[in-house]
Amino acid sequence: MSEINIPIKQLPLEQLPKESKRSIKISSGEYHQRWRLIKDTLAHYGVVAGGLGVIVAIVLIFFYLLYVVYPLFISANAEPVSEYAVPEQALGNTLLLEVEEQNEVGARFTDSGQVVFFEAATGKTLLTQAVAIPEGAHITSFAQGSPINEGAVIYGLSDGRAVIVKHQYKVTYPNNVRVITPSLKYPLGEQPLVLDNSGAALEKIAVKVGENATTIVVKTADTPQGGGKIRLISFQKEQSLFADEAALTRTDSVLEQSAAGIAGILIDKEEANLYLISNDGQLGFFDIGDKSRPSLRQQQNVVDAGQKITSVAFLNSGLSLMIGDSSGLVAQWSMVKDKLNRPAMQKIRSFKVSDKAVVAINAEQRRKGFMTTDADGVVGIYHSTAEREMIKERVSDALPTAAVLSPRANALLVQSVDGKMHFWHVDNEHPEVSIKSLWQKVWYESYPKPAYTWQSSSANSDFEPKYSLTPLVFGTLKAAFYAMLVAMPLALMGAIYTAYFMAPQMRQYVKPSIEIMGALPTVILGFLAGLWLAPFMEEHLAGLFAMLMIVPVGVVLFAFAWSFVPKVIADNLSEGWDAAILVPVILLSGWFAFKVSVPLETFLFHGTLRDWFKTELGIGYDQRNAMVVGVAMGFAVIPTIFSIAEDAIFSVPKHLTVGSLALGATPWQTMVRVVLLTASPGIFSAVMIGFGRAVGETMIVLMATGNTPVMDLSVFQGLRTLAANIAVEMPESEVDSTHYRVLFLAALVLFMFTFVFNTLAEVIRQRLREKYSSL
Amino acid sequence: MIKAWFKSGTPWVWLNAAAVSACLIMVVGVLGLILVRGAGHFWPSQIVQFSYQEPDGKIQTIIGEHVDTSITPAAMAKSTGYKMADDEDTLVQYLVKAGNRDITGTDFRWILERNVKQQQAPAELMVVERREWGNFYGRLVAVKESGKIIAEGDGAWPIIQTRIDQALAVFEEITYLEKKEIGAINYSLEKLRLEQKKLQLKNRWDAAAEQRLAAEKADLEIEYKKHQAQLSELYKKIRRDSLVAKTESGTEVEIPLNKVVRVFQPNTMSLFDKIGHYGVKVLEFLTDDPREANTEGGIFPAIFGTVMMVMMMSIIVTPFGVIAAVYLREYAKQGFITRLIRISVNNLAGVPSIVYGVFGLGFFVYILGGNIDQLFFPEAAPAPVYGTPGLLWASITLALLTLPVVIVSTEEGLARIPSSIREGSLALGATKLETLWLTVLPMASPAMMTGLILAVARAAGEVAPLMLVGVVKLAPTLPLDGNYPFLHLDRKFMHLGFHIYDVGFQSPNVEAARPLVYATALLLVLVIVGLNLAAIIIRNNLREKYRALEG
Repeated sequence: MSEINIPIKQLPLEQLPKESKRSIKISSGEYHQRWRLIKDTLAHYGVVAGGLGVIVAIVLIFFYLLYVVYPLFISANAEPVSEYAVPEQALGNTLLLEVEEQNEVGARFTDSGQVVFFEAATGKTLLTQAVAIPEGAHITSFAQGSPINEGAVIYGLSDGRAVIVKHQYKVTYPNNVRVITPSLKYPLGEQPLVLDNSGAALEKIAVKVGENATTIVVKTADTPQGGGKIRLISFQKEQSLFADEAALTRTDSVLEQSAAGIAGILIDKEEANLYLISNDGQLGFFDIGDKSRPSLRQQQNVVDAGQKITSVAFLNSGLSLMIGDSSGLVAQWSMVKDKLNRPAMQKIRSFKVSDKAVVAINAEQRRKGFMTTDADGVVGIYHSTAEREMIKERVSDALPTAAVLSPRANALLVQSVDGKMHFWHVDNEHPEVSIKSLWQKVWYESYPKPAYTWQSSSANSDFEPKYSLTPLVFGTLKAAFYAMLVAMPLALMGAIYTAYFMAPQMRQYVKPSIEIMGALPTVILGFLAGLWLAPFMEEHLAGLFAMLMIVPVGVVLFAFAWSFVPKVIADNLSEGWDAAILVPVILLSGWFAFKVSVPLETFLFHGTLRDWFKTELGIGYDQRNAMVVGVAMGFAVIPTIFSIAEDAIFSVPKHLTVGSLALGATPWQTMVRVVLLTASPGIFSAVMIGFGRAVGETMIVLMATGNTPVMDLSVFQGLRTLAANIAVEMPESEVDSTHYRVLFLAALVLFMFTFVFNTLAEVIRQRLREKYSSL
Repeated sequence: MIKAWFKSGTPWVWLNAAAVSACLIMVVGVLGLILVRGAGHFWPSQIVQFSYQEPDGKIQTIIGEHVDTSITPAAMAKSTGYKMADDEDTLVQYLVKAGNRDITGTDFRWILERNVKQQQAPAELMVVERREWGNFYGRLVAVKESGKIIAEGDGAWPIIQTRIDQALAVFEEITYLEKKEIGAINYSLEKLRLEQKKLQLKNRWDAAAEQRLAAEKADLEIEYKKHQAQLSELYKKIRRDSLVAKTESGTEVEIPLNKVVRVFQPNTMSLFDKIGHYGVKVLEFLTDDPREANTEGGIFPAIFGTVMMVMMMSIIVTPFGVIAAVYLREYAKQGFITRLIRISVNNLAGVPSIVYGVFGLGFFVYILGGNIDQLFFPEAAPAPVYGTPGLLWASITLALLTLPVVIVSTEEGLARIPSSIREGSLALGATKLETLWLTVLPMASPAMMTGLILAVARAAGEVAPLMLVGVVKLAPTLPLDGNYPFLHLDRKFMHLGFHIYDVGFQSPNVEAARPLVYATALLLVLVIVGLNLAAIIIRNNLREKYRALEG
């Protein structure tokens, strides 16, 4: 180095500055100077912008999550699109209103057997078609059949016959313009079906048109020969292997139930249950699984005394009935297994919809929502699971006579008694979520009692999504709790020893090795936990418990024995190296614990500890359980807590400890009374940051738990955390669906949680730093 | 005496020391477990022939690797339904990898030690590593060429080796043709299709363009036909030879050589042979593509994907992290704003990684990516280009995730530079930028390096966010290849960490895949521990250096 320097030093001294001075003069000038300053200013702004970018980033994450979650909680709205006179009013009163999928074509079924198709937005008549009603008969009853988008309806006639008609909409795209062509079809033939041989008028009728079976239930009028009856007629399609035409087998039966006072008949989607509503508020529930032998299962009053049932409808699954009464109350009755495991109808919730009678209830076809229309012309849209009132609007001033919600639940059509049609648009994207459905117990359809359940999707299309975050938050806290139970003692005690008692030479190695422990990818820890630790624990449960008890005792015994070792040797060996000496002691006592646990287990529990837990205490054992997670995640959290706590303890000013020792306190007394007290805010913040990490950890819980969202405090049961739930379900969730937004909400909850904990911890740490510097 | 001893607090000190020891034992234990299981996988283990008495009394021969032994105490064995004699304290079971999945249905079986009548290691037992159905264990009977036997008995062994080498060479050629040549043609064809659509969208699809594209397409098709002919020739060649082998039960099986990776007889191998075999297997593991739903073969695409992602991330995170740190240390007035930023940085570090994944998926992939697609790639619709998880979004998401690491580390480095150096530079007339650029940043570069290394280590081990923004279990193509524009940021990629999760937990044959997962874990741990050690060493050196400067 010096050799290279020599020639430079040998240069005449004045030559260097002169040269450089000249070069600056030549190349610089005003321009160069200004450019330097401009660059400096630019850099200044650039750096400031970059620095503030960090705040922007965190704010962006927060607001973006909020932006995705927000639509869950805004209420829906409905606005009028148009109002027009009822199309072809002369063709009779409306029995049923319909709107097809695209909200373009509406249909009006009249009591004169005509079907009027019209433009839903303007009321312009597109097509009027007469249903094939035979001469001499007139319509005495009418009912809607299968779910609206399959479009079957039935007409009951005055001569005991009935006609089933389907309305269909064909969508074509001539010249890239959507054209919807309505038409009528007769699924069981144009010939009317003879339902009552005696020719009694069909007063009430109900039908379910399924893929292979059609079930019709009628109430016949009283005739001179006798009182009215309730008949059940079923047509079963028998697909023959060779013939294209399927033969229909007909089954007839009569219900042993008085037909008097029956106001409504409902058949569920599976054609297995039949519900009869009577004028006095009775609901009869029949099992019609065997069509030739319908049997009464239950008969009960479903409205308050003095009230009448004014409207009834199934929710989309057919598992629950919405019953509206004359006091404006709509109650949801669902089929629930009772104590004897028999199906029974039970009221699971009710909505106060209005002060007036509820004249119509229309269920949404794809969700658990429904629309109510009251005698005042007020239309309300509700969601049953979330118990939310989405919309309440006065659609017409006159009494409504018919109403329908479109298949996609984004439009509604109401006809009022003053001869007006009201067409409204509905914007109701996420009715499934409410504070209650997210956090409280919800009584789901066909559940025996209210429950916290997370079950976001299923193969079934009319499945009720269950978005309760409570079991997930519970799982998150449970996993974090057990992790902290493992990590806190080890990390904090380790930090105390390392910072205060350990020999500096050893500390130099111990700190980095524990930091390396923190750098281990959690996917590896999770993999070891799931594939190695979980089976190991299952096999050596007793050994682990024995180890927990024997190792500390062994350490203390060894320490006591060590106090008898001559001082000369002990001082040379152990000053600050106790941890190293203890490694073989721990290994030995651990090994001993495993060895001794086998006979001990046989002796104390007559078999395995696992079986004993199960038979004696009734605690089941999952292989991937909270204990495995606790150990694995504890391992991941130890370094975080250790490192911060160790820093806090290590930087306690020396004069405090020296003073305490000088006053005669033992090192341990100094530790507990002086050092820990001073460093306690730092230790607290270490624990909080560790907790924050445990809450957000994904891979370990994903791999080491069974990912079952159960609420069970047991150490031996699995769990599902918010983070693991996101990792599992996010890739499959449809963008902007309710499920997607609820998962974002879970992420937001995680974010807020760690945000609060970290901010608190950071503020405490900054305070502590100030305190130390003032000491 | 005891009371006084307890009162002095000594036992507590010892217990605290025990906590440290326990932590150390856990670290060493975990690393040791991964090391032993991961590194042991490639060692050719002995093939054992067991004479085994089945529960129904029949004696059967089982050939396979003895993988594991489990010792169950008598009481536990009884409770799980085994009959135990009075003098037996333990139930010993062996896990045997018997292979031949295509014949027996399972790779592994547990056998009871007490029912093993005889145990030998005959020299002629061989292992056939296959591309399908896992390993085959048995005895070589003959070698066939086009269905005719060309060697039999003892003479077959040397012949089979040369034949396999030939077959492997052909296989390599086929892979090259299929992946590189035909892959490039397919890529070009797809580009032509997109170009046509693009022109049509812009209403510039005229006769000239049509002619030009048609000509190009014809050229490609000619080339494709040529390769196709070559391929069918090669396929004929590789399907010519086969080997005939006898299984443990005496059934003869014919295995075509195009399905064979290697054949060896571990029981006759010398230590030197075994070391050689080990080396070959390790090399295969590091450089080959995975086989059989990722449970066999190599993990090269995962290594490559991880490295690519980490590099992209480094390029993004370094400037932002350094600028933020410089702002905090050099430009900002220490006060409320800097405090706020520090809290933000700390919060960024504490936000669970899965939340970054959710953010990345929603914001980067769907919003940014979706808009990029609409603006620049309308011709690809409805297939997304950037509007789907991929390398670019994964890198940006992880850059955001590791930003705090770089900031904190760089800031620490800047804080250690004595202010006398800055003041000296400023006093000589340098602007703030020049001071920063020419003196401060070069001095802080080791600190930045530390930060970057730690960021890389973090990114290499992170899996949860990647599952949402771009990692897949099997990517058909690498993100970097010979097709213009060479670096495909929109492609999905494979990742070591995700590979561990996927193979360890989602694969249909977990038992067979487990050793490979341990090996992958070992590789990942080695990389990450290595990176961290490097960071620690750089940091320590740095401290020493500045201590000297300050003194």
